[in-house]
Amino acid sequence: MTALADPSAEGRFGEFGGQFVPETLVPACQELERAFHEAWNDPDFRNELGRLQREYAGRPSILTECHNLGRQLGIRLILKREDLNHTGSHKINNVLGQALLAKRMGKKRFIAETGAGQHGVASATAAALLGLQCKVYMGAVDVERQALNVFRMRLLGAEVEAAQSGSRTLKDAVNEAMRDWVASVEHSYYCIGSVMGPHPYPFIVRQFQSVIGEEARVQVRELTGADPDVVTACVGGGSNAMGIFSGFVDTRARLVGVEPAGGAAVGRGVPGVVHGMKSYLMQDEEGQVQEAHSISAGLDYPGVGPEHSYLASIGRAEYPSVTDEEVIAGFHYLCRTEGIIPALECAHVVAWISREAPNMQGATVLMNLSGRGDKDVAQMMQILGPTLGEANV
Amino acid sequence: MIPLEVHLRARRDGGRKILVPYITGGVEHWQDAVRAAVANGADAIEIGIPFSDPVMDGPVIQRASREALLRGATLHLILDGVRSLDVGVPLVVMCYYNTVFRAGHERFARMLSSAGVSGAIVPDLPLEESAEWCVTADAADVATVMLAAPTAPDERLPRIAARSRGFVYAVGLLGVTGERETLSASATAIAGRVKGVTDLPVLVGVGISDARQAGQACAVADGVIQGASVMRRLLDEGVESVGNYVAQVREAIDE
Ligand SMILES: Cc1ncc(COP(=O)(O)O)c(C=O)c1O
Repeated sequence: MTALADPSAEGRFGEFGGQFVPETLVPACQELERAFHEAWNDPDFRNELGRLQREYAGRPSILTECHNLGRQLGIRLILKREDLNHTGSHKINNVLGQALLAKRMGKKRFIAETGAGQHGVASATAAALLGLQCKVYMGAVDVERQALNVFRMRLLGAEVEAAQSGSRTLKDAVNEAMRDWVASVEHSYYCIGSVMGPHPYPFIVRQFQSVIGEEARVQVRELTGADPDVVTACVGGGSNAMGIFSGFVDTRARLVGVEPAGGAAVGRGVPGVVHGMKSYLMQDEEGQVQEAHSISAGLDYPGVGPEHSYLASIGRAEYPSVTDEEVIAGFHYLCRTEGIIPALECAHVVAWISREAPNMQGATVLMNLSGRGDKDVAQMMQILGPTLGEANV
Repeated sequence: MIPLEVHLRARRDGGRKILVPYITGGVEHWQDAVRAAVANGADAIEIGIPFSDPVMDGPVIQRASREALLRGATLHLILDGVRSLDVGVPLVVMCYYNTVFRAGHERFARMLSSAGVSGAIVPDLPLEESAEWCVTADAADVATVMLAAPTAPDERLPRIAARSRGFVYAVGLLGVTGERETLSASATAIAGRVKGVTDLPVLVGVGISDARQAGQACAVADGVIQGASVMRRLLDEGVESVGNYVAQVREAIDE
């Protein structure tokens, strides 16, 4: 069980969160909250979810200690291997939970937004498994840079629609998914892919991702005999970070969420309201939401989940950012020293750890490796050239 | 500032159906479009404040918002434009909540009232989140119009109506703004349900797409709000087309 607090009755974490949705969706959010609480407290539901996590997703995910990197950086570095889950990222944890919930609520149609495509692939996968009709919205820019994942979703029987509005990335995919949901709310379930959106989503997604932190807490103690000094993960909406933080929020560990410099909602944003939630948001003086710019489609988002805003506001977690250049270097570094090709999202964390290592000498650092890099290989080949040329580090 | 509720009640009680065209502030010729709509029979005007992420809007109003923002529209410029309109009917702004939140409730309410705006519609501020803003708006004599959606259970409607000022905005269908071939059955259904719980004027908006549909909706509702059908004409055809269209709708609902 996580030591994180439940949100208030109004769906708030401190001043953040809430349910800023059109009237049309209020009854659906309320129904979802009731259905989730019933399911979460129902042993049959939890058993079924546990069975799918084990037999389908491959949980528990293992820990890998990075001896080479650790030696070079002067730290003890441990990875939580969410990249080894079925479909290649932590997204499956949340999606299996929400898909079971959708079935239980009698919904036939499953809508999702996706950035890097990992949540879309996980949604298409769960929909195929559980017999739901699946529709995925993805920004047109991301459809291009994550083409492999688009094809994967189609193989799995999902319909993928490119969002052409705004920055044509994750933010706009969320807008399109919400527009669909407003029109289809009676028979469709909206499966949000991160700890964001209106209450109760940030809470539901966190609960479904808390399995990461729960497992890791026990595993790290088995491995090292103690809790880690630092727990770190990348932050787009913040679900993989919330998942691993949930296991350590009541320890003395430093909690670090790494944001991309071009999408640093906590680092550069101010409180705002979009996509149903009050949270830190990159916006201008008039409240127009700014477009994020990140090499990584999964983190290319100007907002962040409200519980992260809360943890930042009370000083429990910190949210540094790294540049695209540092990310590319971090990506290479993990490939070459450990033989692990990370998702570009996770390369942000490697970049931060490398930069911060001089200040963490001797520390045990637990990093959530939220996904594998297969989806990014084509994009990296474009950026670096097929022979790696001068970028060969 | 013309008091919204007094004005609309007077028109309704005089046997007139209420017509409220929507115009996105900041698009080319928007002020002329407001004047043309009033000259052709509008009883009030809804002025859209463009937002980067309009989740309740379909393609036409999304396009209008984007064009307005690209032309440099800001809240201040639009309210300056509103102040100079002086068209003799109430003006109500439609804006997403982040516009209100970013400005600050009190400051936003003051900005509206000093620009002569009578009311505000905030489509992503549902009942449960509205209390703080509504109290501030009440104090500034800005009427906050609440929305009632087809998905609302019966017990919710009286609470929405009680919190609403000026009129109640009955959402005509499940979905975002935009034109549809036929009037959704949910339009008259929700209008009837809301009228059953309040004496405030009840206007139907979202999906009222032409003069005929407006007439059908007015068989039950006290009036209609028309957005996408107006904005498509303004963006593609110009101000004169807006005037002609409003006149057509006026005729249809007067029958
Ligand atoms: C591997 C991976 N990590 C992280 C993210 C970002 O999401 P979140 O911040 O919710 O974990 C994504 C999103 O696509 C992802 O694919």
